[in-house]
Amino acid sequence: MPKLTIDGREVEVAPGTTLIEAARRLAIHIPHYCYHRGLSIAGNCRMCLVEVEGVPKMMIACHTQAADGMVVHTDNDKCREYRAAILEFILVNHPLDCPVCDQAGECKLQNYYMEHGTAGSRVDEDKVKKRAKAKQIGPNIMLDSERCILCSRCVRFTDEITHTHELGITERADHSEITLAPGAWLDNRYAGCVVDLCPVGALTDRDFRFKCRVWYLTAVDSICTGCARGCNITIHVNRDRPHKAGGTRVMRYKPRENPAVNQWWMCDAGRYSYKQIDHERVDSAAVDGRPVAVEQALDASAAALKRAAAAVAVLCATTATNEELFLARALFAGALGGHAAYLAPPQGEQDDLLLLADQSPNTRGAQEILGTEVRDPVGWVKAHGVKAVVVVGEADLTGLKAEVDHLTVIATHPGKAAAQAHVLLPGSVHAEVEGTFTNHAGRVQRLRVAVPPIRGAVETWRLLLELAGRLGHPFDFAFEDDIFAALASQLAPFAGLSHDNLGRRGALLGSGAPQPTEVV
Amino acid sequence: MEAVARKPGTVTPAGGVKRGPLTFWERVYVVEAARGVWITTVHFFRNMGYHFLHLVGLAKGRQAAVTVQYPEERRYLPPRSRTRHRIVRRDDGSPRCVGCMMCETICPARCIYIVAEEDPDPNIEKRPKRFDIDLGMCVFCGFCVEACPEDAIRMDTQMVDLAAYSRRGMILTLDQLLAGEPAGPVESINALGERVHG
Ligand code: SF4
Ligand code: SF4
Ligand code: SF4
Ligand code: SF4
Ligand code: FES
Repeated sequence: MPKLTIDGREVEVAPGTTLIEAARRLAIHIPHYCYHRGLSIAGNCRMCLVEVEGVPKMMIACHTQAADGMVVHTDNDKCREYRAAILEFILVNHPLDCPVCDQAGECKLQNYYMEHGTAGSRVDEDKVKKRAKAKQIGPNIMLDSERCILCSRCVRFTDEITHTHELGITERADHSEITLAPGAWLDNRYAGCVVDLCPVGALTDRDFRFKCRVWYLTAVDSICTGCARGCNITIHVNRDRPHKAGGTRVMRYKPRENPAVNQWWMCDAGRYSYKQIDHERVDSAAVDGRPVAVEQALDASAAALKRAAAAVAVLCATTATNEELFLARALFAGALGGHAAYLAPPQGEQDDLLLLADQSPNTRGAQEILGTEVRDPVGWVKAHGVKAVVVVGEADLTGLKAEVDHLTVIATHPGKAAAQAHVLLPGSVHAEVEGTFTNHAGRVQRLRVAVPPIRGAVETWRLLLELAGRLGHPFDFAFEDDIFAALASQLAPFAGLSHDNLGRRGALLGSGAPQPTEVV
Repeated sequence: MEAVARKPGTVTPAGGVKRGPLTFWERVYVVEAARGVWITTVHFFRNMGYHFLHLVGLAKGRQAAVTVQYPEERRYLPPRSRTRHRIVRRDDGSPRCVGCMMCETICPARCIYIVAEEDPDPNIEKRPKRFDIDLGMCVFCGFCVEACPEDAIRMDTQMVDLAAYSRRGMILTLDQLLAGEPAGPVESINALGERVHG
């Protein structure tokens, strides 16, 4: 195992480790553009130049392998001088249109310039004008060739990750630019990732463009609800400036690195699914279609459930969190002596990168907590002699209302379930609660509150708690983590897990404790 | 009147003025009050006298009072006074603003509201769809002018009469901001410096 010294600190790494990775082990950040841990090494931007003692030239840290006894300097005068020179070079033809550039605020060119850049450019020549300025190259992607620093990350992504090869670099020298392959359109399922990868504002997201400035956003860790993969994401929320984007609170999703789940990526279907958080929500309780206060609706629901005694059941969609599922089970199957089951999740397309056919984020959680899957709610209700049903989430319940005396639906969006309800309660979506989802592989992952429940709605777990109280079975849970603690103490696969020890990467069911997290 | 003359105050190191202790006559109060009435009366008759003379066309060179006869008369405002905002236009009349939101970001009163949209010309790319300034909240700090990378927002209209009948009426929209005109020929900072400092 080679042992080397970086900035005076010793580190031992596996053979073949690059200097940039070895430095990362010591939490030393080496500036870079073209290097990305998820892609092959291109070594074209030269931003990562470091000094290796005994080597006459500066070496690129992203491609130089660590060797025994190497002495590396990443932050001496020579390195800083080279970095400033590289930046000056990269900026020769850069348009510097930060005021209209969506990347401003999260731009590696801006950041490194502030940290390492020189004062001004010494180039008197006119800047080379590229062909494409604000050109659409896919349904969601805009390309601005003038801002491109030709790091080739986007090209490598379409070559190595999606294998769709839509992008290439054409022309020579300072006329080089990113070009679509003849007849191609950047519309693969993961195209949005090139925007995340682009270190500058050359590739921007048409959906996000000009809605907001990135420094207005607050990032909250969460999980994508698009499919059972449970890609790790951050939800970017605009909390303080409600005049943007028509009052929409959530502005975008960005993938968050998790080597065990989604690496660095997420699919476009998931990426743009943020829109449903603020779109057409159920914002009022209703009894028989008449809007009423939530308390009244809860009273009406509780009265009907009481009348049905033990002939009650709860049917949960697999979009509910583990906490909500556990509460539903504890109340209906436990305290009331009725039934608890989950509704078969909707199926969609699947591919060999991330997207799974199961379009629910928590099917595995529902399997573990409720056990019974229901494909035909009407038949199931008949078979169990159920008189009153509570449905949590969206499902096709055609014919169910006629089969039972009472149907309460906790819904987030007007849909097939909400349309059937005797009592409709406005519930919460994943971005509005603390909680956990269990992904297809059994990884329990945390959700954090990004926004409060939309005006008029109440956290679904609170609605269930209120219902429990009104039915004479109050639970002693103050917050979501109390519910998870009870869940972990009662269900063996969850044993040992808690909201606190799940960390940012989650933990596998049955692992008892989270896996040690990798240094980032 | 000799007896009521005050001891001069002393200037403190912090720059304030520390008054001496009150004299006997000051503490008696009545004498001081009478002196105040006397001063006011003298000013009143002096000003009325001049106003009367002005009416009959005499003594035009002497000013009657320091009061400015607003709104007929306006005080001189230095050219760099921060007054009502305007958005500068390009030669073709479109707003020079590119909706970068720098002014909105810097504004300490949070009274600028911008919504940006795509400009049909890819070389301009971005433009404001909505640009409101709530003058009811503005503190006239001028940070927005400083922050603007396009020199698109200026506070040189010399308009200071900004009253409205409602809070909503205090909000200037993009159209109103574009309608603003500079009070005089726009002077560059350098020309201004030359004029002022020689
Ligand atoms: S890419 Fe970065 S440096 Fe270039 S215009 Fe955009 S924000 Fe500015
Ligand atoms: S468009 Fe962005 S990611 Fe692609 S080569 Fe240019 S700078 Fe790199
Ligand atoms: S003058 Fe100051 S307070 Fe008024 S809009 Fe500009 S930045 Fe805001
Ligand atoms: S800083 Fe200037 S260009 Fe930017 S939004 Fe404000 S007025 Fe427009
Ligand atoms: S990061 Fe090493 S050359 Fe680009």
